Amino acid sequence: MIIPLSMTVYFSFLRYNLLLPGMEKWAGLLNYRFFLTDPAFVAALANTLLLVGGVLAITVIGGVLVALLLDQPIFGRGIVRILMISPFFVMPTVSALVWKNMFMNPVNGLFAWLAKSMGFEAFDFFASAPLFSITLIVAWQWLPFAALIFLTALQSLDSEQKEAAEMDGAGFLSQFIYITLPHLSRAITVVILIETIFLLSIFAEILVTTNGGPGYESTNITYLVYSQALLQFNVGGASAGGIIAVVLANIVAIFLLRMIGKTLDA
Amino acid sequence: MARKISNRRLLFFTIVAWGLSLLMFFPVLWTILTGFKTEAEAIASPPSLFMFDWTMDNYAEVRSRSNYFRHFLNSVVISVGSTLLGLVFAVPAAWSMVFSPSRHTKNILVWILSTKMLPAVGVLIPIYLIFRDLGLLDTRTGLVIVLMLVNLPIIIWMLYTYFKEIPGEILEAARMDGASLGKEIIHVLVPMALPGIASTLLLNVIIAWNEAFWTLNLTATKAAPLTAFIASYSSPEGLFYAKLSAASTMAIAPILILGWFSQKQLVRGLTFGAVK
Repeated sequence: MIIPLSMTVYFSFLRYNLLLPGMEKWAGLLNYRFFLTDPAFVAALANTLLLVGGVLAITVIGGVLVALLLDQPIFGRGIVRILMISPFFVMPTVSALVWKNMFMNPVNGLFAWLAKSMGFEAFDFFASAPLFSITLIVAWQWLPFAALIFLTALQSLDSEQKEAAEMDGAGFLSQFIYITLPHLSRAITVVILIETIFLLSIFAEILVTTNGGPGYESTNITYLVYSQALLQFNVGGASAGGIIAVVLANIVAIFLLRMIGKTLDA
Repeated sequence: MARKISNRRLLFFTIVAWGLSLLMFFPVLWTILTGFKTEAEAIASPPSLFMFDWTMDNYAEVRSRSNYFRHFLNSVVISVGSTLLGLVFAVPAAWSMVFSPSRHTKNILVWILSTKMLPAVGVLIPIYLIFRDLGLLDTRTGLVIVLMLVNLPIIIWMLYTYFKEIPGEILEAARMDGASLGKEIIHVLVPMALPGIASTLLLNVIIAWNEAFWTLNLTATKAAPLTAFIASYSSPEGLFYAKLSAASTMAIAPILILGWFSQKQLVRGLTFGAVK
């Protein structure tokens, strides 16, 4: 992986377009200047942060709630768990297409039918709120993952601690804030960091639903680099974008590695 | 459980939990059901959940219009192949790090994992160009190699956490009895770590099966696995919901079933033992 990465670094300083073979020239930092000052880059950076932040917020908060629920005594927990985890195993292209066509389609989708039967206008998800729609789809895939990890962590919580708190008169809310949440903190960090790695490079969901559009409204950094390289054949510019993506991911990675290093010691 | 649970509480949580999990599962269920409808029924208003004429036509049509089994076979070869190849490298690597660690082992492990955080776009262009020059674009071999490299850090890490639970004395005893290095790994370590290796295998096959960056970018028609096959349905074409659903069902069914069996190991594997 070091070899291709150093090739990317090298390409990022060249004027290199696949449509103009043999015209490679040293360009210095020009590619970076073009990429960073491109309005598409600012839009893509904002979209990436919104997408990652939105999905994280939904999956962490929703995941804790779901885990708390599944930790209660219920009949048939095994089956409930299996149903709950299923979205995580659905491949991205399938879930994106199914949601786009069968649920969010403004004419034939299930949501449109629901809205109409309750007397509302159907909402055109991908035309009016493309990024939000993609966030929903991705959150649906990752919520089970977060919930399952939180549930596993919850089940290792000593029930005597809770009983003691209950005897001391702690209500449900203060039990949650002072016992459950601190116990979950490690699991929450793990979920946030692992999801961030995967969410930073979301690609298939965008490719099959909106192609990054309309305009750049649902383009993230990964998709922007892809379209520069394989649709516009601008290898130099795309390489500069790739390096910027690597730098961004590394900022996140530093935190993750520090935490995992601690786990190794424990 | 020391606490007494009232029946009403049990009933309440059971109903809420079932409702919520059915809601999460509904898109999958809806896809499976729609695959058995006719195209007209698939967009009927109001939609019907079970009351329709069940038909297998969509499955026949999906199979006849594109070579479904070829894509299925590609998915199997790519996901299983890349995982097995990864294990060949990862087992010795994890063995050496667990049983003869050096001062730097921890740093090496962290460094290995850090390669996983490299966003794929960072190396997309060089790999694309290398593959073009070597004639590996749109071949299964190429994808097996790329996915093996991409998932190798995860495989090594998972094996590392499983190997750590095996007492080193047993391997030492085998060495005392004159077992060679290869024999020690194959006849002593692997059988003892078999459950761990099996769940590593299972999880990585699932991850590789659903991988949708490299598979979409490096294939065209010949080596396209199911992820790319489904992506070809992204351009609408008249009434196609039922066919899309049938194709989707066929693409997700094998891995959904595998996933149900592996969900117990999923948490441990994906958090590298940080949450057990």
